[in-house]
Amino acid sequence: MGAQLSDAEIDAIFHALADATRRDIVTRVIERERSVSALAELYDMSFAAVQKHVAVLERASLVTKQRRGREQIVHAEPSAIRDARRLLDRFEDLWRQRIDRMQSILEEGEER
Amino acid sequence: MTFIEAVKDPDALTMTMVAEFDRPAERVWKLWEDPRQLERWWGPPGWPTTFTRHDFAVPGRSTYYMSGTEGEKAHGWWSWLEIAEPTTLRVEDGFADENGDPTGDLGSTVFTVTLEPTDGGGTRMSIASQFESAEQLQAMVDMGMEEGMKGSLGQIDAILAED
Repeated sequence: MGAQLSDAEIDAIFHALADATRRDIVTRVIERERSVSALAELYDMSFAAVQKHVAVLERASLVTKQRRGREQIVHAEPSAIRDARRLLDRFEDLWRQRIDRMQSILEEGEER
Repeated sequence: MTFIEAVKDPDALTMTMVAEFDRPAERVWKLWEDPRQLERWWGPPGWPTTFTRHDFAVPGRSTYYMSGTEGEKAHGWWSWLEIAEPTTLRVEDGFADENGDPTGDLGSTVFTVTLEPTDGGGTRMSIASQFESAEQLQAMVDMGMEEGMKGSLGQIDAILAED
């Protein structure tokens, strides 16, 4: 089962894939993992620019990046893990909200 | 309060959340022990929570429901596995029917709450959750959040309204 996507998540995915370079990066890392510097050699742009593209893809949970020695390795995120990561993010929000409500109750007690 | 951190492992389906409060552990403990306080923070805004049972003991059972504006209800149950005042709580959590009995759907999750004193007289609370499957996690998220409640129960409502 795929996790339900929020509007913000769908926006992030569409935004990420609206760019030809980013689509190409996704295609290549699905094939096999690549370092950011190896990706940078493929395109007529700076390392920093490629890094920015990778960051946009990461925010949309389409790829993940890991540091390996001096290299940053980019790989496609398997959909099951992507779903789980997204759900855990939402579960974190849920508990943040609960903790905020706990805090309000604790503050009330202090005023009395 | 200083929000500290959330450590998430999507492979293992676990999350540990840590928060600090500037009140002693004995006070923070009451948020769990007193059902009237518990029902003020457990459910999302707009979904008043009612604990119909709160046997705060091992073995012990708690049951609750959350009500939407259209009269729809979402039910849950807890089973207390460990209570060591004021430091540790271990709870099994699952979905219930309208009588508060476990439905058995999507299994159950266990979460562990640990309270430790901080140097400044406050409390560090950690909550560690372990899920059995992504489906279960999805259902728990939907039940705990206003947006999710609207989504899951709203859909059921819409389907019923069609008849």
